[in-house]
Amino acid sequence: MVRVEKDLQGEILELSFGPQHPATHGTLQIVMELDGEKVINVEPHIGFLHTGFEKLAEHMSYNQFVTVTDRMNYLSPLSNNIGFSLAAEKLFGIEIPKRGQYIRVLMAELSRIADHLVSIGTAAMDLGAMTVFLYGFREREKLYDLFEWATGARLTTSYTRVGGLMADLPEDFPDAVLKWVEQFPKTIDEIEKLLNHNRIFQDRTYDIGVISKEDVIKYSLTGPVARASGVNYDMRKDLPYSSYEEFEFEVPIGENGDAFDRYLVRMEEMRQSLGIVKQVLANLPDGEVNIDPDSKLTMPGKDEVYTTIEGLIHHFEVTMENRGILPPVREVYMGTESPNGELGFYIVSNGEREPYRVRIRPPSFINYTIFKKLMKGAMFSDTVSNLGSLNIIAGELDR
Amino acid sequence: MCGRWVRWSGIDMSGFTEKIIVKFPDEILEGPALESENAVSVKSDKILEILEYCRTDADMKFLFLTDLTAVDFLEFDSPERLAVIYVLRNMESMENLIIRAFLSGQEEIDTVSDIWHSAEWLEREVWDLFGIKFKGHPNLKRILMPDDYEGHPLLKDYPLKGRGERDSFKIVQRDRERY
Repeated sequence: MVRVEKDLQGEILELSFGPQHPATHGTLQIVMELDGEKVINVEPHIGFLHTGFEKLAEHMSYNQFVTVTDRMNYLSPLSNNIGFSLAAEKLFGIEIPKRGQYIRVLMAELSRIADHLVSIGTAAMDLGAMTVFLYGFREREKLYDLFEWATGARLTTSYTRVGGLMADLPEDFPDAVLKWVEQFPKTIDEIEKLLNHNRIFQDRTYDIGVISKEDVIKYSLTGPVARASGVNYDMRKDLPYSSYEEFEFEVPIGENGDAFDRYLVRMEEMRQSLGIVKQVLANLPDGEVNIDPDSKLTMPGKDEVYTTIEGLIHHFEVTMENRGILPPVREVYMGTESPNGELGFYIVSNGEREPYRVRIRPPSFINYTIFKKLMKGAMFSDTVSNLGSLNIIAGELDR
Repeated sequence: MCGRWVRWSGIDMSGFTEKIIVKFPDEILEGPALESENAVSVKSDKILEILEYCRTDADMKFLFLTDLTAVDFLEFDSPERLAVIYVLRNMESMENLIIRAFLSGQEEIDTVSDIWHSAEWLEREVWDLFGIKFKGHPNLKRILMPDDYEGHPLLKDYPLKGRGERDSFKIVQRDRERY
């Protein structure tokens, strides 16, 4: 769709960018008005991937909805699982054992690294640096092998349950993660060597898409996008959940708030995540990962189900639709720090098996609102720099 | 119930909701019967004043709009059916404040997109999925559903599988003689 009309200042070109375009990172359309190379106005159109997750949630039990959260931010499904399970646990008023919390932290940080690798890799690829993408995906593939080992799936992990996890880690898993952690910093160094002093990358990200501190508040930005603008705001530090207060890590902060700072913040976050992963592995407590099956919220182990009558009864109580523990009549809001920003779940429960209303606060959706402001008056080539550095994930954008 | 969760599950009500109740006594509504951490139900007509008070008052300082959504309280014992939910955050104490603004009938509610620009899309989403109109919104169009869609899918009386939209999809026929 290209429409040309005569204007006093010259030709105004209306150009449709997407919905199927390699640089849009999913199905989203941007209708741009261009005066030569200059962008006069942009109008983002979203909703191509709208699947009605929030409506679907009202017809599913809490554990069933975990499977749907996999499909939201498909670069880090484990973060979504953890975010939803924490919100549901807050609703039920329970806290899972330390080992379960530590494993959740481990998985959240590994998926943060996987997410940042893709986001940096694709952003660099859009700007012409193909190698970063390949180096990033090589490491991500190893991570996905680890995820598959622990959860049984690469993408549709569904690893968490309300009140714990699907299963404990496999026996050799911590050693395998440690092995991966030791060789991974080399890739970060390689990516930095390829990009930090790359003239083309610098020219296309320095002072591009500058977001001021005030705009962070006005546009409710969170995650690396907010931190690159110098706002010290990280849910892991400010409102710790799942034992994050027991780990030492720094929150990287940017100075200029441009696309390059957002890249730098993501790089440093990967290093900090590695530190957290090491601390988790060094201090992984023993014991159960799920809360006591007597609570009738979590499944008992299969050996118990097959050998004891209590185990069988518990299993029956949890699986049957007209039994088990019902949540209190309550509303909760729970925000977690997902790789893209604050992933929040607002749940209203009327005491039935299915939630009354589940609202997902998608970080991509809210971070994308500033795109229109960033693009006004910018050059056409800044589109991919801005899109890549905001890291818009269509599955989460449209839900 | 473990210690840290208690703070988040409705037992420790901080003084913020009290302040709103004292400041705007005529605007407060009772209900719905729902346990909550830090929430207050208000009428919708003075919502801008209330939000502005929460944002600018020196004791409140809820600068950050974390989320804006709506709930259809059809199956609850609630003052009105539809409520717009504002989740505000104090960036220093990291406390969340939930404000539920109830709309009576076909009433419209003031937009907050001048204060928080992120609300522009959030309000479009609420209009799209709930049919709540925002007064003074610069561009109140559907955002997730197609532009020609009828109905608002997140309302409780809207069936999960739709109202037969799938059966009435237009069948596109190829003009065979042309090729």
